[in-house]
Amino acid sequence: MTTTARLFFFLPGLLSLLTVSGAGCGCDSDDAGSAGARGGATVRLLNVSYDTTRELYEEVNAAFALAWRAKTGQRVEVRRSHGGSSKQARAVIDGLEADVVTLALAYDIDAIARAGLLATDWRTRLPHGSVPYTSTTVFVVRRGNPKAIRDWPDLARPGVVVVTPNPKTSGGGRWNYLAAWGAARGANGDGEAAAREMVAAIYRNAPVLDSGARGSTTTFAERGVGDVLLACESEAWLLAREVGADRFEIIAPPRSILAEPPVAVVDEYAKRHGTEAVARAYLEFLYSDDGQRIAAKHHYRPRSKEAEAAHPGGFPDIERFTVDDQFGGWAAAQRLHFGEGGTFDRITQGER
Amino acid sequence: MTRLTPTPATRCGVATGDRPWARRGLIGLAAAVVSLFLALPLAFVFVAALRPGFGAFWAAISHPDTTAAIRLTLLVAAITVPINTVFGVAAAWLIARFEFRGRQALLTLIDLPFAVSPVVAGLMLVLLFGRQGWLGPWLLDHGVRVVFALPGIILATIFVTFPFVAREVLTVMQAQGSAEEEAALTLGASGWQTFVRVTLPKARWGLIYGIILCNARAMGEFGAVSVISGHVRGETSTMPLQVENLYNDYHAPAAFAVASLLAVLALLTLAVRKTIEWRARSP
Repeated sequence: MTTTARLFFFLPGLLSLLTVSGAGCGCDSDDAGSAGARGGATVRLLNVSYDTTRELYEEVNAAFALAWRAKTGQRVEVRRSHGGSSKQARAVIDGLEADVVTLALAYDIDAIARAGLLATDWRTRLPHGSVPYTSTTVFVVRRGNPKAIRDWPDLARPGVVVVTPNPKTSGGGRWNYLAAWGAARGANGDGEAAAREMVAAIYRNAPVLDSGARGSTTTFAERGVGDVLLACESEAWLLAREVGADRFEIIAPPRSILAEPPVAVVDEYAKRHGTEAVARAYLEFLYSDDGQRIAAKHHYRPRSKEAEAAHPGGFPDIERFTVDDQFGGWAAAQRLHFGEGGTFDRITQGER
Repeated sequence: MTRLTPTPATRCGVATGDRPWARRGLIGLAAAVVSLFLALPLAFVFVAALRPGFGAFWAAISHPDTTAAIRLTLLVAAITVPINTVFGVAAAWLIARFEFRGRQALLTLIDLPFAVSPVVAGLMLVLLFGRQGWLGPWLLDHGVRVVFALPGIILATIFVTFPFVAREVLTVMQAQGSAEEEAALTLGASGWQTFVRVTLPKARWGLIYGIILCNARAMGEFGAVSVISGHVRGETSTMPLQVENLYNDYHAPAAFAVASLLAVLALLTLAVRKTIEWRARSP
């Protein structure tokens, strides 16, 4: 009787034992709440970023830790979280205590500012409108470019399968959408009607809309779906040069968007953690020679000319238009294209 | 949920005796289905994990972010399973032995996590405990972080795994009736004595299966935890989330390494169950 009674508690007991032995084998046991400067000399920062910056910030974090230690003698450990840009912004608003956010587009940081977590003038705090590196939307096609895709109108041809993330959830998806729209409008000068028609045709050709940019890349590369992937330049290079050098090619369209992924300290959380100074230094590091070199290495276009020149292979010449010039800023673009009943809704509901 | 009372196995020969080809055919079909849909994918996980060599496998699972994920997963299971065991047994006992108002409602409530999508469960908790939720601001003022931290992950896991123990124990208790407990009570046993010495041992198989299922799900839960975790590497990423993180990082072999470890934990759970069965049967 008692033996059976004891047996009931055997399993949970064993599990807690496993946990205890597990806790012994790692580094310091982590107190989930201590993102701040408590606990000796190690400071913890949390960088909540978007989907395609995984490799970039892995390297930036290590380099910054070295630089910060050399400068101040203090250890800093930067944790990171990656996902669709808007989803990440949502999480920060709901209580994910990021010291800094490095998101795909200004609109998402504006949303965090509207929730009262940082000042609405955050863009003025760092050089270049708080955008340390830029990017653009390019095409990745299968080796040999069997569908002969050169420019935006080629994506609208019947029979071409396009892979791009969902602009409702993904910042990259929105850059791609606006790139197509702006390129169409600019190229033939026919204005909104022609742009709308072409973008509608492109999204009719897109059978899968993943929620994040990295999801689309895996859909295209690993699952073999589609003839062309719309991706930000860094993602395209990573795919074509490092993941599948013999399987993919990058096609640079003549015109595309100037993608400006901004960065900001989340005042409210940094203040709570006592990490304002180190958080600011972390973002400033992105503008330093080392930071710019790392950005270029991961195929983001750096602000510094020397770092840009050092990029292996060089960045192709693309005429890039800005959201402000073509769409009157993110707030207007969001309302017109991605809001409830916007052009994207009408395209996907009306014609699909 | 139907394996609870081991009945003496009917000899297959008796059931389909005159048609041995049918028997063999059916067994073969079952074996093919099992290997195609269960064994093969499981084996592939291990093959993919070990293909780059044991050194790479070890490097993948000893990475600090991954060891943190392993610790977190075990910790969550170690907290969730005992809680759900205690409350599951209590709920099952109440429903099986007593008639009261709201009994049916309680029963429905226990089944709720089976009906609600895990993603909705996670979202519910964010809406309730998030910074802009009902309780979130008050909790934050008192220095308690729930969402995107350990408490949220535990709450989500408790919600998703609640029905397992309660359901399993309830089925056994209802099947067995209350005659022996009534006998114990008339012989002068106290309520607690009756519960510990009669009710609980009689329901032990249901309890063990319930704990095992609960544990397996607690370690493997993805959806609800994904919504509430924030995916911070080395901090709030459990093993299933770390598998996703690594896969999306283009570190497929590392993702498979962690996946295989998760599979090993599941197999270990099954082994523990077998050991308990074996020890319980031997005198």
